[in-house]
Amino acid sequence: MPIYFLKRVLYVIPIALAVSFFCFSLVHLSPGDPMDAVVSPDAPSEVVAMVQRAYGFDRPLPEQYGRWVLRAVQGDLGLSAANGRAVTAEVFSALKNTLLLAFAASLIGFTLGCVFGTLAGYFQGSLLDRLVTGIAVGGVSVPHYWLGMLLVIIFSVELNWLPSSGAGPGSSSDWNVEWAYLRHLILPAVTLSVIPMGVVTRTVRAMVADILAHEFVEALRAKGLAERQVFRHVVKNVAPTALAVMGLQLGYLLGGSILVETVFSWPGTGLLLNNAIFQRDLPILQGTILVLALFFVMLNLIVDLAQARLDPRIQRG
Amino acid sequence: MSLTLDGAQADAPVPAPVQGYWGAVFGRLRRDPVALVSGIVLLMILLAALFAPWLAPASPFQTSMLNRLQPIGSPGYPLGSDELGRDVLSRLIHGARLSLLIGVMPVINAFVIGSAIGIVAGFVGGRTNSVIMRVIDVFYAFPAVLLAVALAGALGAGLVNSLLSLTIVFIPPIARVAESVTTQVRSVDYIEAARASGARSLTIIRRHVLGNVLGPIFVYATSLISVSMILASGLSFLGLGARPPMPEWGLMLNTMRDAIYVNPWVAVLPGMMIFTVSICFNMLSDGLRSAMDVKL
Repeated sequence: MPIYFLKRVLYVIPIALAVSFFCFSLVHLSPGDPMDAVVSPDAPSEVVAMVQRAYGFDRPLPEQYGRWVLRAVQGDLGLSAANGRAVTAEVFSALKNTLLLAFAASLIGFTLGCVFGTLAGYFQGSLLDRLVTGIAVGGVSVPHYWLGMLLVIIFSVELNWLPSSGAGPGSSSDWNVEWAYLRHLILPAVTLSVIPMGVVTRTVRAMVADILAHEFVEALRAKGLAERQVFRHVVKNVAPTALAVMGLQLGYLLGGSILVETVFSWPGTGLLLNNAIFQRDLPILQGTILVLALFFVMLNLIVDLAQARLDPRIQRG
Repeated sequence: MSLTLDGAQADAPVPAPVQGYWGAVFGRLRRDPVALVSGIVLLMILLAALFAPWLAPASPFQTSMLNRLQPIGSPGYPLGSDELGRDVLSRLIHGARLSLLIGVMPVINAFVIGSAIGIVAGFVGGRTNSVIMRVIDVFYAFPAVLLAVALAGALGAGLVNSLLSLTIVFIPPIARVAESVTTQVRSVDYIEAARASGARSLTIIRRHVLGNVLGPIFVYATSLISVSMILASGLSFLGLGARPPMPEWGLMLNTMRDAIYVNPWVAVLPGMMIFTVSICFNMLSDGLRSAMDVKL
């Protein structure tokens, strides 16, 4: 039994290395010199050479990669090409905001998804089921950046109830649990929550319907178990898969928030990434993607381990 | 005598019209009202895209500084005008061309490449399979949107790069499905029989494997089109795909973003189109899945 856990944990190492290699290659995939963002093309050659040395761009590629990984392991992702600030600090302060948004969105999306999915699964074929299924398909099909605009139009422009951009009053990016901050979170979180809502609803509905069709449910009812207790059995059977889907969705939200963050000018990793792309700030681009991907890898690990714990069949398979 | 004959004839089963597997699937799909309506809507949008120059009432590029941001229903601008005074209806019709192309093409490309990779991996099995699937695993370390934006961002803005990055995004999931379906088919008896009778691998794949695995992979691929539409237009929305002044729904949504304070209901129209196409593809794909009885 511990063999499965050990193997799964160790598998993270090659994946993480491959991810780091991919992030490193990104810079060299891009057309133009990574130096372009740092010095203007008509700068004197000795200045270019000096900056190249400072950033380490004059070394051979494998050496650059090795140095980059070694420093990344120590938490140093280099300096931003646009403003010279430490990439690690920039990424983690943005990551905090993205996590906040992702957690808020998943709280909304998962709750609604579980409730909707269970109801639809229990009352299959009913009007309620069709309504919920419709909402779920809408949730997974909606371009969320457009939904964000729609919500801004309704709640900010027309009704003037909620702010349309930023993470707090003024241009502050530090977050506090106060209404002044909380109201900035509402629209982006609701916008981002529709996808996990749709996906979780569809999964839970299918699972609940599938479990209810099993004979053991009939047997439980036949031996006189109250419906509430039958429901407990259903939940136990649905939980491993549902939790796995939710874990993955939380990860997708981290990456998926880039469009929503752009719409709402939410100071998270998505906005950071977007700005980095247009300023051709490759160290930031590289660093943000690396951190997000590693976060996603760890999340996948946790999901797999948790699922194996909840469902012993997985360890054997 | 003739009576009984007539009766016997009436009772005899009507010979089913000659229809192949796809005919049967299409027949079932046609009886699914949701899938039918989605299919018709998509067909209409596709036709509008094809015949855009004849359908559109005005040029999608003709600007007019005097008629900027006209509301819906203005004379000469049935769906209003954008921030440069271009007719929004015409731009929406013309936009269908590019938006459908950049949304559907990546999935088609990924379907071809991903199926090839997955089928080979699944059929060959063993170490080759493990190596291929481990490489595929690496791409699973990135959420799709992040991967698309990262690739498009690194390659630089533009239509070709956005197509390329979305293709790369969709190859791993399709390859994974193809591999798992092929692995299941590989161990079936008739494959073993074909091998025992001396058929070469390529022949076996072509004659016995493809027919059994392409259906499920195809259904899975159609379910990705909706995401692809949203992502492709999303890349344009971020400024990484289509370039102004090309009419493309995501880009239109972006350039009209500031207009939400002046003319909100015109500004949301391009998003409405993306939503419509995306939801129709999703429902058509769901219908196709049950019509073909595919379980993934």
